Amino acid sequence: MSEILVLVDHVDGAVRKTTNELLTIARRLGEPSAVFIGDLSDDAASTLKTYGAEKIYVVDDAEIKGYLVAPKAEVLQQLVERTSPGAVLISSNAEGKEIAGRLAVKIDSGLITDAVDVQEGPVTTQSVFAGNYTVTAKVTKGTPVITVKPNAATPEQSEGAAAQEKVDVTISDAAKAAKIVASEPRKATGRPELTEAAIVVAGGRGTGGNFEPIEQFADSLGAAVGASRAVVDSGWYPHSFQIGQTGKVVSPQLYVAAGISGAIQHRAGMQTSKTIVAINKDEEAPLFELVDFGVVGDLHQVLPAATEEVNKRKG
Amino acid sequence: MNIVVCVKYVPDATADRHFEDDNTVDRVGVDGLLSELDEYAVEQALQLKEKNEGTEVTVLTVGPEQAVDAIRKGLQMGADKGVHVVDDAVAGSDALGTSLVLAEAIKKLDYDLVVCGMSSTDGAMGVVPAMLAERLDLPQVTLGSVIEMQGKEVRIKRDGDTATEIIGGTAPLVLSVTDQSGEARYPSFKGIMAAKKKPVETWSLSDLGVDASQVGLSAAWTQVEDTAARPPRTQGEIVTDEDGSGAKALAEFLASKKFI
Ligand SMILES: Cc1cc2nc3c(=O)[nH]c(=O)nc-3n(C[C@H](O)[C@H](O)[C@H](O)COP(=O)(O)OP(=O)(O)OC[C@H]3O[C@@H](n4cnc5c(N)ncnc54)[C@H](O)[C@@H]3O)c2cc1C
Ligand SMILES: Nc1ncnc2c1ncn2[C@@H]1O[C@H](COP(=O)(O)O)[C@@H](O)[C@H]1O
Repeated sequence: MSEILVLVDHVDGAVRKTTNELLTIARRLGEPSAVFIGDLSDDAASTLKTYGAEKIYVVDDAEIKGYLVAPKAEVLQQLVERTSPGAVLISSNAEGKEIAGRLAVKIDSGLITDAVDVQEGPVTTQSVFAGNYTVTAKVTKGTPVITVKPNAATPEQSEGAAAQEKVDVTISDAAKAAKIVASEPRKATGRPELTEAAIVVAGGRGTGGNFEPIEQFADSLGAAVGASRAVVDSGWYPHSFQIGQTGKVVSPQLYVAAGISGAIQHRAGMQTSKTIVAINKDEEAPLFELVDFGVVGDLHQVLPAATEEVNKRKG
Repeated sequence: MNIVVCVKYVPDATADRHFEDDNTVDRVGVDGLLSELDEYAVEQALQLKEKNEGTEVTVLTVGPEQAVDAIRKGLQMGADKGVHVVDDAVAGSDALGTSLVLAEAIKKLDYDLVVCGMSSTDGAMGVVPAMLAERLDLPQVTLGSVIEMQGKEVRIKRDGDTATEIIGGTAPLVLSVTDQSGEARYPSFKGIMAAKKKPVETWSLSDLGVDASQVGLSAAWTQVEDTAARPPRTQGEIVTDEDGSGAKALAEFLASKKFI
């Protein structure tokens, strides 16, 4: 069985949940080898082992830190040349897609982005045109490079050997041409990560800028908070919470939209959610076409009352 | 300074976008336009032009005959000239093929900056800028929401997943901008008239020295197996809130689905 390289997505050493999903998918395709760029802690190593990594390639990042994606693509290129893997799996976020794009050019191989499922082959499933179409595809040339969206698989534990190997790579000067001059980590909200959350509660222009009802309802359900672009453009909530074509694409078990009309660009970011609920005072709001349950009413009345109701039921 | 802006002609997102029998996107049968997200790229290029005297902005597109509309729009907004790469052999190219053609076209132009949108509104891969940087061996300064340039130094603000970053590089480089970078201008009447006289060059693959076998559907690095329209969602129950009834019904629904 060939190796499947999985680029570990981590924040300062803490492995993100998407990596566990990638390792789970990699086991369908071959033997998962995790590629960890940075300082591998015991915690991180044990997570990778738990989710099935047979090998862990550890690449010291002293030389790479502070540069953009180009060095990471070089790391993967060198590992691909060494191990001739069956595929390379990368998390489908902005950085992951850029790494994947550069890698695909380097190794002259096909690239598939934003897979919502990957099966043996590898055959991928993507959701396109604002979620209106489902496309299955495969790479026909070279080593498949695939970026995979959060929640594409349910992480399954299955212990791997997790043999660690330090890898020395050479990074070209060209790859260090774009650098990170300053970085301000996002403040933790205490809520689940938006793209990974099982429940998302999102607010739109109908909030009038008051997100308290949204946040309190989200907290009663243990949900992440999202926003429409109208909200972000008004400066009411940060851009990193925007859902839609130019924001995050989410696919939770439950999506609750309050005061959001349901423009196509917003739908593009939430249409594939399992269950959709909307609260809008306009019964003609287009989002109602998609919902499993809808409340025509003022969100400033409905949400606080619903929060109370939920908290009561939780006992 | 010379700026090349890569713009894509895309099917209108509000129209009924669909696939052809060969599983490629129908780019002929639906109304198309300049990708809205590339308008932001044109806008930033024009702002840099306004701040740097003697700057020339070229809009470049790879696409079918009608894609010249995207170039026209860019010229109407204020770009100086257009380059349209059109060749039957390009049809059905994936990002690898498209970026190859774009890169060869850019090599034939003078450039200090190559400016792209954050992603195309149809393919939405968001990988062409990174691929261009790779192919042209240029620094990649991508996904900027605020763009500044002093001499040859470019600085952008990037609202990343886990951090807000300032990223810097020295021109020549590839820059991409997000829809947070500032509203794109509308063409003025004067701009629309002026655009009619601006030069647009049409290039084929042979002008670029690209072999037809390197691009297009047959050379694609990926193959679509199947496309299927997502079954439409069926509308569930809609209740009207009266004196708190909406909240109770909502909680009841969530409980019935085991979300509480
Ligand atoms: C290139 C491009 C990219 C875009 N990308 C995105 C994107 O990523 N994400 C995104 O969201 N949008 C995006 N948009 C914008 C999109 O087209 C819409 O403008 C936006 O989604 C509207 O946000 P909204 O629904 O909050 O506001 P509106 O459309 O103004 O709707 C507000 C809704 O709130 C309801 N309402 C008002 N008051 C109340 C109340 N008290 N209680 C209950 N309901 C109330 C109203 O009835 C209305 O339906 C994009 C647009 C373009 C052109
Ligand atoms: N056919 C094309 N012609 C010109 N520019 C393009 C083309 N395709 C993509 N681009 C540029 O690359 C960016 C990202 O596109 P994509 O990777 O397709 O999402 C777009 O915003 C454009 O600036």
